Amino acid sequence: MFIDPHAHMISRTTDDYEAMAAAGIVAVIEPAFWLGQPRTFVGTYVDYLSTIIGFERFRAGQFGIRHYCTVGLNSKEANNEELAEGVMEWLPRFALKEGVVAIGEIGYDEQTPLEDKYFRAQLALAKELQLPVMVHTPHRDKKQGTSRSMDVCLEMGLDPSWVVIDHNNEETVDETLDRGFWAGFSIYPSTKMGTVRMVELLKQYGSERIIVDSACDWGISEPLAVAKTAKLALENGISAETVRKVTYANTLEVYGKSGQIQESDWLNPPEIDQRTLYEGNSILRGGREPRIEAPGSRKRDSLIIE
Amino acid sequence: MSERPIDLLRRWVLRQTREQRAWFEERVNALAEGAPERELHMVMGLAPRLLGKETLALSTEDLSLTNSALEGWRPEGLSLDGAARIVALTLYRGERPFAETFKDLRRTADARELVALYRGLPLYPEPESLAFEVGEGLRSNMLGVFEAITQHNPYPYLHFDEHRWNHMILKALFVNSSLANIVGLDERTNPELARQLLDHIHERWAAGRTISPEVWRCIGPYAVDVGALDEFEKALSGEPLEQAAAALALASNSSPQAKSLLAAHPAAAAKIAESQAEQASILKNEVV
Repeated sequence: MFIDPHAHMISRTTDDYEAMAAAGIVAVIEPAFWLGQPRTFVGTYVDYLSTIIGFERFRAGQFGIRHYCTVGLNSKEANNEELAEGVMEWLPRFALKEGVVAIGEIGYDEQTPLEDKYFRAQLALAKELQLPVMVHTPHRDKKQGTSRSMDVCLEMGLDPSWVVIDHNNEETVDETLDRGFWAGFSIYPSTKMGTVRMVELLKQYGSERIIVDSACDWGISEPLAVAKTAKLALENGISAETVRKVTYANTLEVYGKSGQIQESDWLNPPEIDQRTLYEGNSILRGGREPRIEAPGSRKRDSLIIE
Repeated sequence: MSERPIDLLRRWVLRQTREQRAWFEERVNALAEGAPERELHMVMGLAPRLLGKETLALSTEDLSLTNSALEGWRPEGLSLDGAARIVALTLYRGERPFAETFKDLRRTADARELVALYRGLPLYPEPESLAFEVGEGLRSNMLGVFEAITQHNPYPYLHFDEHRWNHMILKALFVNSSLANIVGLDERTNPELARQLLDHIHERWAAGRTISPEVWRCIGPYAVDVGALDEFEKALSGEPLEQAAAALALASNSSPQAKSLLAAHPAAAAKIAESQAEQASILKNEVV
């Protein structure tokens, strides 16, 4: 049983959902982010937030996967001040919706003054609403940007045990853990963490406050990254308990502080959940062994479409 | 005089609310006295967190009051938080037209909230002004949202024009949503719907797909008018459930052609009494 605590499912296909369910992923968290290009109207941003709290949640449920999300103004779009002001007005109304487990992903991209302004404003909001925070750390000038993100969190009075610093690497992990934050690792080909490196990190750091995610999105990325990392870790002698914590339990612990995600959501769902139309988890229902296969691999071989 | 439906609902919510009773009562009173709209957003947002998500508990006696309060109103299956949201929104007296307030809520609602917003339709002030909003809900891909409008809800029966009614029925069939719980299903059926359903049957058969046995019920009264006797004949010799549904539907047609067709299929006709009893028991469970 796995949770992928960072997956932009809005960009993924139904094949991905099927493959994730088959691989044992019972829940995903969809952080609000940008869509590969900037939005130019506040209204499109509002509708995006509405989609990830509504339709995407429903869509995931049809595959037996529970869907949660984080809401926020991302660092890239924070640079459009007119848009940013508009989004900030709407954001509080979305933050208390069902299944919203954190404010995020927020933080820095180019580390501009506007990014800083809205990062701080959203940290204040998270504090006020007693929600955890998911911090996106920048790709460029990463080490310093990550360090600065944590400085600002502490400056704004946040408890580091409520904050996940995501997209860590070998260079940032020490400081993140030393300062008491949760350390997310995104297993994302070419640009972020890889599975082999991740297994090495688990050997070195163990499981405390470490979280593995896929960050799969509209780019070349891997929706099965969490399940694959778990498999590789087990094959390399990492203990089952460590694997369970970094691919499941730690996520529940930190985002569970929102009161919006708990194990019973998938272990003990109502027989027929009419209000959300969750179809139940096929893995749990059928008692099958989780299996990893390429998204859509079964379908691609069949010429019959009915 | 019977209690207004909203007063009943308010009473039931308060009855089930424990430590947050004072909070809810006070907020609703403030909303009724013209508190700012953001207060409404707060109550709508906090309802599930403070009141919980259990099912609204209703006794047989409670349910016996609903139909006289509002024809066709069936509050069973509502959640406590959903009912509380409906009470807050219905009693809120804002400065803007009701439909504008509703639109704002709908645009930012999660699925559970959407279900509550739409289940409350028959109770709101200015129901006719919500035509556009209802259309948006009907077009939703989230089945629970669609069914919040179509099932156990007298709003379509009371307010839909024929075009919208017919498309609701067609979509229900398309998304495998049962017709049985649609309020006023028999009263609102019409020749145009019967024609559309006949086309639906042909399309399904051509694709080698099955059809819902519920289809026949809306065609029955107009079976002769739309020329559906051949299709009925096929169904009367089909699967047992299909036979029963077609026979029952045809029995609602008083034309000699319908009667003789039914007489030619005694096995199917024999299922009518049984089906009627079943249908009656379904209805009884819902409306009691």
